[in-house]
Amino acid sequence: MTRFIDLTLNGISTGAVYAAVALALVLIWRATRIVNFAQGGMLMVTTFIASAVIGSSGSYWLGFAVALAAGLVLGAVIELVLIRRVESGPPLNAVIVALGLLILLEAGAGMIWGNTPRSFPPAFSIRGYDVGGTRLLFSPNDTFTVLVVLGVAAGLAVLFRGTALGLRMRAAALAPEVARMLGVRVGRMFTLGWACAAFVGSLAGLLVAPSVFVGPNQFDPILIFGFTAAVLGGLDSPGGAVIGGIVLGLALSYVSGYEGASLVTLAALVVLIAVLMIRPGGLFSSGRERRV
Amino acid sequence: MTDALLEVQDLCTDYGPVRAVDGVTLAVREGNVTAVLGANGAGKTSLLRTISGLEHASSGHVRLAGRDILGVAVEDIVRRGLAQVPEGRGVIAQLTTEENLRLGGLWRGGDATPLSEIYELFGALEQRRTQPASSLSGGERQMLSIGRALMGRPRVLLLDEPSLGLAPIVTAQIMTLIRTLASERGLAVLLVEQNARSALSIADRGIVLNLGRTVADEPAATLAADEGLRHAYLGF
Repeated sequence: MTRFIDLTLNGISTGAVYAAVALALVLIWRATRIVNFAQGGMLMVTTFIASAVIGSSGSYWLGFAVALAAGLVLGAVIELVLIRRVESGPPLNAVIVALGLLILLEAGAGMIWGNTPRSFPPAFSIRGYDVGGTRLLFSPNDTFTVLVVLGVAAGLAVLFRGTALGLRMRAAALAPEVARMLGVRVGRMFTLGWACAAFVGSLAGLLVAPSVFVGPNQFDPILIFGFTAAVLGGLDSPGGAVIGGIVLGLALSYVSGYEGASLVTLAALVVLIAVLMIRPGGLFSSGRERRV
Repeated sequence: MTDALLEVQDLCTDYGPVRAVDGVTLAVREGNVTAVLGANGAGKTSLLRTISGLEHASSGHVRLAGRDILGVAVEDIVRRGLAQVPEGRGVIAQLTTEENLRLGGLWRGGDATPLSEIYELFGALEQRRTQPASSLSGGERQMLSIGRALMGRPRVLLLDEPSLGLAPIVTAQIMTLIRTLASERGLAVLLVEQNARSALSIADRGIVLNLGRTVADEPAATLAADEGLRHAYLGF
Protein backbone atom coordinates (compact mmCIF):
# COMPACT_ATOMS: atom_id res chain seq x y z
CA MET A 1 0.00 0.00 0.00
CA THR A 2 2.86 2.36 0.87
CA ARG A 3 4.30 1.71 -2.57
CA PHE A 4 0.99 2.57 -4.21
CA ILE A 5 0.80 5.82 -2.23
CA ASP A 6 4.38 6.66 -3.15
CA LEU A 7 3.76 6.00 -6.83
CA THR A 8 0.56 8.05 -6.71
CA LEU A 9 2.27 11.03 -5.08
CA ASN A 10 5.20 10.76 -7.46
CA GLY A 11 2.78 10.57 -10.39
CA ILE A 12 1.02 13.74 -9.28
CA SER A 13 4.32 15.60 -8.99
CA THR A 14 5.71 14.54 -12.38
CA GLY A 15 2.24 14.90 -13.89
CA ALA A 16 2.20 18.53 -12.80
CA VAL A 17 5.32 19.13 -14.88
CA TYR A 18 3.77 17.37 -17.89
CA ALA A 19 0.71 19.52 -17.31
CA ALA A 20 2.83 22.68 -17.47
CA VAL A 21 4.42 21.61 -20.77
CA ALA A 22 1.00 20.59 -22.08
CA LEU A 23 -0.39 23.99 -21.07
CA ALA A 24 2.39 25.71 -23.01
CA LEU A 25 1.57 23.62 -26.09
CA VAL A 26 -2.17 24.22 -25.72
CA LEU A 27 -1.73 27.99 -25.35
CA ILE A 28 0.16 28.15 -28.64
CA TRP A 29 -2.21 25.77 -30.37
CA ARG A 30 -5.16 27.89 -29.29
CA ALA A 31 -3.45 31.11 -30.32
CA THR A 32 -2.02 30.14 -33.69
CA ARG A 33 -3.06 26.54 -34.51
CA ILE A 34 0.57 25.46 -34.43
CA VAL A 35 1.99 22.51 -32.48
CA ASN A 36 5.14 24.05 -31.08
CA PHE A 37 7.70 21.26 -31.33
CA ALA A 38 10.35 23.82 -30.35
CA GLN A 39 8.85 24.08 -26.85
CA GLY A 40 11.40 21.62 -25.44
CA GLY A 41 14.24 23.69 -26.87
CA MET A 42 12.77 26.96 -25.63
CA LEU A 43 12.40 25.75 -22.04
CA MET A 44 15.88 24.23 -22.25
CA VAL A 45 17.37 27.64 -23.15
CA THR A 46 15.58 29.45 -20.32
CA THR A 47 16.62 26.75 -17.84
CA PHE A 48 20.23 27.17 -18.96
CA ILE A 49 19.82 30.93 -18.40
CA ALA A 50 18.48 30.23 -14.89
CA SER A 51 21.41 27.91 -14.23
CA ALA A 52 23.86 30.59 -15.34
CA VAL A 53 22.22 33.29 -13.18
CA ILE A 54 22.07 31.01 -10.14
CA GLY A 55 25.71 30.08 -10.68
CA SER A 56 26.86 33.68 -10.88
CA SER A 57 24.57 35.27 -8.28
CA GLY A 58 24.06 32.39 -5.87
CA SER A 59 20.35 33.21 -5.73
CA TYR A 60 17.91 30.51 -6.84
CA TRP A 61 14.98 32.91 -6.91
CA LEU A 62 16.82 35.47 -9.04
CA GLY A 63 17.58 32.72 -11.56
CA PHE A 64 13.94 31.59 -11.37
CA ALA A 65 12.63 35.10 -12.09
CA VAL A 66 15.13 35.80 -14.87
CA ALA A 67 14.26 32.49 -16.58
CA LEU A 68 10.54 33.30 -16.53
CA ALA A 69 11.18 36.80 -17.88
CA ALA A 70 13.49 35.32 -20.53
CA GLY A 71 10.70 32.91 -21.47
CA LEU A 72 8.27 35.78 -22.01
CA VAL A 73 10.75 37.63 -24.22
CA LEU A 74 11.86 34.51 -26.11
CA GLY A 75 8.27 33.52 -26.90
CA ALA A 76 7.40 37.00 -28.13
CA VAL A 77 10.55 37.30 -30.25
CA ILE A 78 10.07 33.86 -31.84
CA GLU A 79 6.49 34.73 -32.76
CA LEU A 80 7.42 38.12 -34.18
CA VAL A 81 10.54 37.03 -36.07
CA LEU A 82 9.74 33.49 -37.22
CA ILE A 83 6.19 32.36 -36.68
CA ARG A 84 4.47 35.53 -37.98
CA ARG A 85 5.85 34.65 -41.43
CA VAL A 86 4.34 31.17 -41.53
CA GLU A 87 1.18 31.60 -39.45
CA SER A 88 -1.07 32.09 -42.46
CA GLY A 89 0.64 29.49 -44.64
CA PRO A 90 0.07 25.73 -44.86
CA PRO A 91 0.27 24.01 -41.42
CA LEU A 92 3.29 21.97 -42.50
CA ASN A 93 5.37 25.16 -42.89
CA ALA A 94 4.96 26.01 -39.21
CA VAL A 95 5.77 22.43 -38.16
CA ILE A 96 9.00 22.50 -40.19
CA VAL A 97 9.93 25.92 -38.75
CA ALA A 98 9.28 24.67 -35.20
CA LEU A 99 11.38 21.54 -35.75
CA GLY A 100 14.15 23.64 -37.32
CA LEU A 101 14.03 25.99 -34.36
CA LEU A 102 14.32 23.04 -31.95
CA ILE A 103 17.45 21.82 -33.73
CA LEU A 104 18.87 25.36 -33.82
CA LEU A 105 18.25 25.96 -30.11
CA GLU A 106 19.72 22.59 -29.08
CA ALA A 107 22.78 23.04 -31.27
CA GLY A 108 23.24 26.64 -30.08
CA ALA A 109 22.93 25.62 -26.42
CA GLY A 110 25.52 22.88 -26.94
CA MET A 111 27.93 25.41 -28.46
CA ILE A 112 27.41 27.94 -25.66
CA TRP A 113 27.00 25.79 -22.56
CA GLY A 114 28.41 22.43 -23.67
CA ASN A 115 26.73 19.06 -24.13
CA THR A 116 27.47 17.62 -20.69
CA PRO A 117 24.33 17.66 -18.51
CA ARG A 118 24.74 19.77 -15.39
CA SER A 119 22.87 19.62 -12.11
CA PHE A 120 20.18 22.13 -11.21
CA PRO A 121 19.14 23.01 -7.67
CA PRO A 122 15.57 22.44 -6.46
CA ALA A 123 13.54 25.32 -5.01
CA PHE A 124 12.94 23.43 -1.76
CA SER A 125 14.10 20.26 -0.05
CA ILE A 126 13.74 17.06 -2.07
CA ARG A 127 13.79 14.95 1.10
CA GLY A 128 10.41 13.22 1.35
CA TYR A 129 7.94 14.02 4.13
CA ASP A 130 8.18 11.83 7.19
CA VAL A 131 4.69 10.52 8.05
CA GLY A 132 4.48 8.26 11.12
CA GLY A 133 8.04 7.10 10.70
CA THR A 134 7.58 6.36 6.98
CA ARG A 135 9.39 8.54 4.48
CA LEU A 136 7.14 9.33 1.53
CA LEU A 137 8.35 9.81 -2.04
CA PHE A 138 6.87 13.29 -1.94
CA SER A 139 8.92 16.26 -0.81
CA PRO A 140 8.39 19.97 -0.11
CA ASN A 141 9.77 20.58 -3.63
CA ASP A 142 7.07 18.31 -5.07
CA THR A 143 4.45 20.28 -3.12
CA PHE A 144 5.89 23.47 -4.61
CA THR A 145 5.75 21.96 -8.12
CA VAL A 146 2.10 20.92 -7.83
CA LEU A 147 0.99 24.19 -6.23
CA VAL A 148 2.82 26.36 -8.77
CA VAL A 149 1.34 24.50 -11.73
CA LEU A 150 -2.16 24.60 -10.25
CA GLY A 151 -1.66 28.31 -9.47
CA VAL A 152 -0.57 29.05 -13.03
CA ALA A 153 -3.50 27.06 -14.43
CA ALA A 154 -5.89 29.00 -12.18
CA GLY A 155 -4.25 32.28 -13.22
CA LEU A 156 -4.65 31.42 -16.88
CA ALA A 157 -8.29 30.47 -16.30
CA VAL A 158 -8.90 33.88 -14.70
CA LEU A 159 -7.04 35.61 -17.55
CA PHE A 160 -9.04 33.88 -20.28
CA ARG A 161 -12.46 33.78 -18.61
CA GLY A 162 -12.46 36.89 -16.47
CA THR A 163 -10.59 39.67 -18.27
CA ALA A 164 -11.06 41.74 -21.40
CA LEU A 165 -7.53 40.85 -22.49
CA GLY A 166 -8.33 37.15 -22.20
CA LEU A 167 -11.51 37.63 -24.24
CA ARG A 168 -9.49 39.38 -26.94
CA MET A 169 -6.92 36.56 -26.92
CA ARG A 170 -9.60 33.90 -27.22
CA ALA A 171 -11.35 35.76 -30.03
CA ALA A 172 -8.07 36.26 -31.90
CA ALA A 173 -7.31 32.56 -31.60
CA LEU A 174 -10.79 31.30 -32.48
CA ALA A 175 -11.66 33.66 -35.35
CA PRO A 176 -8.80 36.01 -36.28
CA GLU A 177 -10.60 37.77 -39.13
CA VAL A 178 -13.78 38.36 -37.14
CA ALA A 179 -11.69 39.58 -34.21
CA ARG A 180 -9.97 42.13 -36.46
CA MET A 181 -13.37 43.33 -37.66
CA LEU A 182 -14.21 43.97 -34.01
CA GLY A 183 -11.12 46.07 -33.41
CA VAL A 184 -8.94 43.38 -31.81
CA ARG A 185 -5.25 43.77 -32.65
CA VAL A 186 -4.80 40.12 -33.54
CA GLY A 187 -1.05 40.21 -34.16
CA ARG A 188 -0.45 41.51 -30.64
CA MET A 189 -2.67 38.80 -29.21
CA PHE A 190 -0.66 36.13 -31.05
CA THR A 191 2.58 37.57 -29.70
CA LEU A 192 1.14 37.65 -26.21
CA GLY A 193 -0.09 34.06 -26.58
CA TRP A 194 3.40 32.88 -27.51
CA ALA A 195 4.92 34.90 -24.66
CA CYS A 196 2.49 33.37 -22.13
CA ALA A 197 3.15 29.87 -23.48
CA ALA A 198 6.90 30.32 -23.30
CA PHE A 199 6.50 31.64 -19.73
CA VAL A 200 4.64 28.49 -18.71
CA GLY A 201 7.15 26.34 -20.60
CA SER A 202 10.03 28.03 -18.78
CA LEU A 203 8.31 27.26 -15.51
CA ALA A 204 8.06 23.59 -16.51
CA GLY A 205 11.77 23.56 -17.30
CA LEU A 206 12.66 25.03 -13.90
CA LEU A 207 10.45 22.53 -12.10
CA VAL A 208 11.71 19.43 -13.88
CA ALA A 209 15.39 20.41 -14.18
CA PRO A 210 16.45 19.11 -10.71
CA SER A 211 15.39 15.58 -11.69
CA VAL A 212 16.52 15.45 -15.35
CA PHE A 213 19.55 17.82 -15.15
CA VAL A 214 20.19 20.59 -17.67
CA GLY A 215 21.58 19.74 -21.10
CA PRO A 216 20.72 20.48 -24.74
CA ASN A 217 18.74 17.25 -25.19
CA GLN A 218 17.67 16.56 -21.60
CA PHE A 219 14.17 17.95 -22.08
CA ASP A 220 13.21 16.03 -25.23
CA PRO A 221 11.33 13.28 -23.31
CA ILE A 222 9.49 15.97 -21.31
CA LEU A 223 8.22 17.45 -24.60
CA ILE A 224 6.96 14.00 -25.68
CA PHE A 225 5.16 13.48 -22.35
CA GLY A 226 3.80 17.03 -22.42
CA PHE A 227 2.55 16.55 -25.98
CA THR A 228 0.89 13.28 -24.98
CA ALA A 229 -0.78 15.02 -22.03
CA ALA A 230 -2.01 17.83 -24.31
CA VAL A 231 -3.49 15.35 -26.80
CA LEU A 232 -4.99 13.35 -23.94
CA GLY A 233 -6.73 16.40 -22.50
CA GLY A 234 -7.55 17.96 -25.87
CA LEU A 235 -5.30 20.46 -27.62
CA ASP A 236 -7.99 23.13 -27.30
CA SER A 237 -8.51 22.75 -23.56
CA PRO A 238 -6.20 24.33 -20.93
CA GLY A 239 -8.15 22.53 -18.20
CA GLY A 240 -7.81 19.31 -20.17
CA ALA A 241 -4.05 19.87 -20.40
CA VAL A 242 -3.75 20.01 -16.62
CA ILE A 243 -5.91 16.96 -16.05
CA GLY A 244 -4.23 15.15 -18.96
CA GLY A 245 -0.83 15.90 -17.42
CA ILE A 246 -1.79 14.57 -14.00
CA VAL A 247 -3.48 11.45 -15.45
CA LEU A 248 -0.46 10.74 -17.64
CA GLY A 249 1.90 11.32 -14.71
CA LEU A 250 -0.04 8.84 -12.59
CA ALA A 251 -0.22 6.24 -15.38
CA LEU A 252 3.49 6.48 -16.15
CA SER A 253 4.37 6.38 -12.44
CA TYR A 254 2.42 3.12 -12.00
CA VAL A 255 4.01 1.65 -15.15
CA SER A 256 7.46 2.66 -13.91
CA GLY A 257 6.83 1.35 -10.40
CA TYR A 258 5.16 -1.94 -11.24
CA GLU A 259 6.54 -2.83 -14.69
CA GLY A 260 9.89 -1.04 -14.92
CA ALA A 261 11.16 2.41 -15.85
CA SER A 262 12.26 1.23 -19.30
CA LEU A 263 8.61 0.91 -20.35
CA VAL A 264 7.65 4.49 -19.49
CA THR A 265 8.27 6.04 -22.92
CA LEU A 266 6.58 3.10 -24.64
CA ALA A 267 3.58 3.47 -22.33
CA ALA A 268 3.33 7.18 -23.17
CA LEU A 269 3.31 6.38 -26.88
CA VAL A 270 0.63 3.71 -26.33
CA VAL A 271 -1.52 6.31 -24.52
CA LEU A 272 -0.93 8.78 -27.37
CA ILE A 273 -1.92 6.29 -30.08
CA ALA A 274 -4.92 5.06 -28.08
CA VAL A 275 -6.27 8.60 -27.62
CA LEU A 276 -5.75 9.46 -31.29
CA MET A 277 -7.60 6.30 -32.34
CA ILE A 278 -10.47 6.38 -29.84
CA ARG A 279 -11.05 10.08 -29.19
CA PRO A 280 -8.86 12.20 -31.48
CA GLY A 281 -10.16 15.47 -30.02
CA GLY A 282 -8.98 14.48 -26.55
CA LEU A 283 -10.98 13.80 -23.40
CA PHE A 284 -12.08 17.42 -22.98
CA SER A 285 -12.66 18.52 -26.56
CA SER A 286 -15.50 20.99 -27.10
CA GLY A 287 -19.00 19.84 -28.03
CA ARG A 288 -20.69 19.90 -31.39
CA GLU A 289 -22.13 23.04 -32.91
CA ARG A 290 -25.81 23.45 -33.70
CA ARG A 291 -26.49 23.20 -37.44
CA VAL A 292 -28.28 26.27 -38.82
CA MET B 1 -21.12 63.44 -52.40
CA THR B 2 -19.34 65.48 -49.75
CA ASP B 3 -22.05 65.02 -47.09
CA ALA B 4 -21.83 61.25 -47.41
CA LEU B 5 -20.40 59.32 -44.47
CA LEU B 6 -19.02 56.61 -46.75
CA GLU B 7 -17.68 57.42 -50.20
CA VAL B 8 -16.26 54.89 -52.63
CA GLN B 9 -14.71 56.14 -55.82
CA ASP B 10 -13.49 54.11 -58.82
CA LEU B 11 -12.61 51.19 -56.56
CA CYS B 12 -10.89 48.17 -58.11
CA THR B 13 -9.94 44.89 -56.45
CA ASP B 14 -7.99 42.11 -58.16
CA TYR B 15 -7.43 38.49 -57.18
CA GLY B 16 -4.41 37.72 -59.32
CA PRO B 17 -5.52 38.11 -62.94
CA VAL B 18 -9.23 38.27 -61.98
CA ARG B 19 -10.77 41.69 -61.41
CA ALA B 20 -13.47 41.20 -58.77
CA VAL B 21 -14.41 44.87 -58.28
CA ASP B 22 -14.11 47.04 -61.34
CA GLY B 23 -14.35 50.81 -60.88
CA VAL B 24 -17.25 50.92 -58.42
CA THR B 25 -18.38 54.32 -57.16
CA LEU B 26 -21.00 54.85 -54.47
CA ALA B 27 -21.91 57.03 -51.51
CA VAL B 28 -23.95 56.38 -48.37
CA ARG B 29 -25.36 59.25 -46.33
CA GLU B 30 -26.20 59.32 -42.64
CA GLY B 31 -29.57 57.64 -42.03
CA ASN B 32 -29.62 56.04 -45.47
CA VAL B 33 -29.57 52.41 -46.61
CA THR B 34 -27.83 51.62 -49.88
CA ALA B 35 -28.35 48.10 -51.20
CA VAL B 36 -25.70 46.42 -53.32
CA LEU B 37 -27.35 43.73 -55.43
CA GLY B 38 -26.28 41.15 -57.93
CA ALA B 39 -25.88 37.46 -58.60
CA ASN B 40 -23.23 35.14 -57.15
CA GLY B 41 -19.79 36.28 -58.24
CA ALA B 42 -20.93 39.82 -59.01
CA GLY B 43 -18.29 41.23 -56.64
CA LYS B 44 -20.57 42.28 -53.77
CA THR B 45 -18.66 40.63 -50.94
CA SER B 46 -15.31 41.64 -52.45
CA LEU B 47 -16.52 45.24 -52.52
CA LEU B 48 -17.50 45.10 -48.85
CA ARG B 49 -14.26 43.41 -47.81
CA THR B 50 -12.23 46.00 -49.69
CA ILE B 51 -14.09 48.86 -48.03
CA SER B 52 -13.51 47.36 -44.56
CA GLY B 53 -9.82 46.78 -45.29
CA LEU B 54 -9.91 42.99 -45.39
CA GLU B 55 -8.90 42.97 -49.07
CA HIS B 56 -6.26 45.08 -50.73
CA ALA B 57 -7.60 47.57 -53.28
CA SER B 58 -5.78 47.81 -56.60
CA SER B 59 -6.88 51.40 -57.14
CA GLY B 60 -9.52 53.95 -56.20
CA HIS B 61 -10.54 55.72 -52.99
CA VAL B 62 -12.59 54.89 -49.91
CA ARG B 63 -13.41 57.78 -47.56
CA LEU B 64 -15.03 57.47 -44.16
CA ALA B 65 -16.39 60.78 -42.87
CA GLY B 66 -14.15 62.54 -45.38
CA ARG B 67 -10.93 60.73 -44.45
CA ASP B 68 -9.26 58.28 -46.79
CA ILE B 69 -9.16 54.78 -45.24
CA LEU B 70 -7.60 52.80 -48.06
CA GLY B 71 -4.49 51.09 -46.71
CA VAL B 72 -5.53 51.67 -43.09
CA ALA B 73 -5.49 48.51 -40.92
CA VAL B 74 -8.86 46.84 -40.37
CA GLU B 75 -8.65 47.39 -36.61
CA ASP B 76 -8.09 51.12 -37.13
CA ILE B 77 -10.93 51.44 -39.64
CA VAL B 78 -13.19 50.00 -36.92
CA ARG B 79 -11.93 52.70 -34.57
CA ARG B 80 -12.91 55.35 -37.12
CA GLY B 81 -16.54 54.23 -36.93
CA LEU B 82 -17.07 51.46 -39.47
CA ALA B 83 -18.51 48.10 -38.43
CA GLN B 84 -19.06 45.05 -40.59
CA VAL B 85 -21.44 42.15 -40.14
CA PRO B 86 -19.78 39.46 -42.23
CA GLU B 87 -21.37 36.86 -44.49
CA GLY B 88 -22.33 33.78 -42.49
CA ARG B 89 -22.80 36.11 -39.46
CA GLY B 90 -19.32 35.56 -38.06
CA VAL B 91 -20.40 34.85 -34.51
CA ILE B 92 -17.68 33.09 -32.55
CA ALA B 93 -19.40 29.81 -31.77
CA GLN B 94 -17.24 28.88 -28.77
CA LEU B 95 -17.91 32.16 -26.92
CA THR B 96 -21.15 32.86 -25.10
CA THR B 97 -23.72 35.27 -26.48
CA GLU B 98 -22.65 37.94 -23.98
CA GLU B 99 -18.94 37.42 -24.65
CA ASN B 100 -19.59 37.90 -28.37
CA LEU B 101 -21.45 41.12 -27.62
CA ARG B 102 -18.81 42.46 -25.21
CA LEU B 103 -16.13 41.79 -27.79
CA GLY B 104 -17.76 44.27 -30.15
CA GLY B 105 -17.35 47.13 -27.69
CA LEU B 106 -14.01 46.33 -26.04
CA TRP B 107 -12.06 48.81 -28.13
CA ARG B 108 -14.39 51.58 -26.95
CA GLY B 109 -13.77 50.86 -23.26
CA GLY B 110 -16.37 52.61 -21.12
CA ASP B 111 -17.99 54.28 -24.15
CA ALA B 112 -19.36 51.05 -25.58
CA THR B 113 -23.09 50.68 -26.02
CA PRO B 114 -24.52 49.26 -22.77
CA LEU B 115 -25.50 45.61 -23.03
CA SER B 116 -28.96 46.52 -21.74
CA GLU B 117 -29.53 48.62 -24.86
CA ILE B 118 -28.70 45.69 -27.12
CA TYR B 119 -30.92 43.37 -25.09
CA GLU B 120 -33.73 45.91 -25.42
CA LEU B 121 -33.29 45.72 -29.18
CA PHE B 122 -32.95 41.93 -29.29
CA GLY B 123 -34.91 40.44 -26.40
CA ALA B 124 -34.13 36.85 -27.47
CA LEU B 125 -30.42 37.40 -26.86
CA GLU B 126 -30.86 38.30 -23.21
CA GLN B 127 -32.48 34.94 -22.51
CA ARG B 128 -29.48 33.24 -24.09
CA ARG B 129 -26.74 35.48 -22.80
CA THR B 130 -24.82 32.73 -20.96
CA GLN B 131 -25.26 30.12 -23.68
CA PRO B 132 -22.53 29.43 -26.24
CA ALA B 133 -23.26 31.09 -29.57
CA SER B 134 -23.05 27.64 -31.15
CA SER B 135 -26.46 26.85 -29.63
CA LEU B 136 -28.24 29.84 -31.24
CA SER B 137 -30.57 29.56 -34.21
CA GLY B 138 -29.73 31.25 -37.52
CA GLY B 139 -31.94 34.24 -36.78
CA GLU B 140 -30.52 34.64 -33.28
CA ARG B 141 -26.99 34.51 -34.67
CA GLN B 142 -27.86 37.25 -37.12
CA MET B 143 -29.26 39.37 -34.28
CA LEU B 144 -26.11 38.65 -32.27
CA SER B 145 -23.89 39.64 -35.15
CA ILE B 146 -25.73 42.93 -35.68
CA GLY B 147 -25.91 43.61 -31.93
CA ARG B 148 -22.19 42.98 -31.60
CA ALA B 149 -21.47 45.45 -34.40
CA LEU B 150 -23.61 48.05 -32.64
CA MET B 151 -21.65 47.68 -29.38
CA GLY B 152 -18.87 49.84 -30.82
CA ARG B 153 -21.29 52.69 -31.68
CA PRO B 154 -20.43 52.70 -35.40
CA ARG B 155 -21.45 55.46 -37.82
CA VAL B 156 -21.31 53.21 -40.86
CA LEU B 157 -22.59 49.61 -40.88
CA LEU B 158 -21.71 47.13 -43.62
CA LEU B 159 -23.95 44.06 -43.80
CA ASP B 160 -23.11 41.07 -45.97
CA GLU B 161 -26.09 38.90 -46.89
CA PRO B 162 -27.95 39.19 -43.56
CA SER B 163 -30.89 37.17 -44.94
CA LEU B 164 -28.76 34.21 -46.01
CA GLY B 165 -30.35 30.95 -44.83
CA LEU B 166 -33.12 32.65 -42.84
CA ALA B 167 -36.84 31.96 -43.00
CA PRO B 168 -38.85 34.69 -44.81
CA ILE B 169 -40.45 35.91 -41.58
CA VAL B 170 -37.07 36.26 -39.86
CA THR B 171 -35.65 37.98 -42.95
CA ALA B 172 -38.50 40.50 -42.78
CA GLN B 173 -37.75 41.18 -39.09
CA ILE B 174 -34.06 41.69 -39.80
CA MET B 175 -34.76 44.03 -42.72
CA THR B 176 -37.18 46.10 -40.64
CA LEU B 177 -34.56 46.35 -37.93
CA ILE B 178 -31.91 47.53 -40.41
CA ARG B 179 -34.26 50.24 -41.66
CA THR B 180 -34.97 51.32 -38.08
CA LEU B 181 -31.28 51.49 -37.22
CA ALA B 182 -30.66 53.78 -40.16
CA SER B 183 -33.67 56.00 -39.63
CA GLU B 184 -33.61 56.32 -35.84
CA ARG B 185 -29.89 56.08 -35.07
CA GLY B 186 -28.63 57.87 -38.17
CA LEU B 187 -26.47 54.94 -39.26
CA ALA B 188 -25.23 54.87 -42.84
CA VAL B 189 -25.92 51.30 -43.97
CA LEU B 190 -24.37 49.52 -46.93
CA LEU B 191 -26.37 46.34 -47.40
CA VAL B 192 -25.13 43.56 -49.66
CA GLU B 193 -27.94 41.16 -50.57
CA GLN B 194 -28.93 38.51 -53.07
CA ASN B 195 -32.49 38.80 -51.87
CA ALA B 196 -33.10 41.91 -53.97
CA ARG B 197 -36.80 42.22 -53.25
CA SER B 198 -36.27 42.37 -49.47
CA ALA B 199 -33.29 44.69 -49.74
CA LEU B 200 -35.01 47.16 -52.07
CA SER B 201 -38.05 47.24 -49.79
CA ILE B 202 -36.00 49.02 -47.10
CA ALA B 203 -33.24 50.72 -49.12
CA ASP B 204 -33.08 54.33 -50.22
CA ARG B 205 -30.80 53.54 -53.11
CA GLY B 206 -29.78 50.40 -54.98
CA ILE B 207 -26.67 49.52 -56.89
CA VAL B 208 -26.55 46.49 -59.17
CA LEU B 209 -23.23 44.82 -59.84
CA ASN B 210 -22.41 42.39 -62.59
CA LEU B 211 -18.91 40.89 -62.93
CA GLY B 212 -17.58 43.58 -60.62
CA ARG B 213 -19.02 46.53 -62.56
CA THR B 214 -21.90 48.82 -61.72
CA VAL B 215 -24.72 48.25 -64.18
CA ALA B 216 -27.31 50.37 -62.37
CA ASP B 217 -27.26 52.99 -59.60
CA GLU B 218 -30.73 54.32 -58.94
CA PRO B 219 -33.19 55.12 -56.14
CA ALA B 220 -34.50 51.83 -54.75
CA ALA B 221 -38.05 52.46 -55.96
CA THR B 222 -36.83 53.07 -59.53
CA LEU B 223 -34.82 49.84 -59.51
CA ALA B 224 -37.74 47.85 -58.12
CA ALA B 225 -39.95 49.19 -60.90
CA ASP B 226 -37.50 48.46 -63.73
CA GLU B 227 -38.78 45.14 -65.00
CA GLY B 228 -35.99 44.60 -67.53
CA LEU B 229 -33.27 45.12 -64.95
CA ARG B 230 -35.05 42.97 -62.40
CA HIS B 231 -35.33 40.06 -64.82
CA ALA B 232 -31.78 40.45 -66.13
CA TYR B 233 -29.89 40.82 -62.86
CA LEU B 234 -32.09 40.53 -59.78
CA GLY B 235 -34.12 37.39 -60.40
CA PHE B 236 -37.61 38.61 -59.51
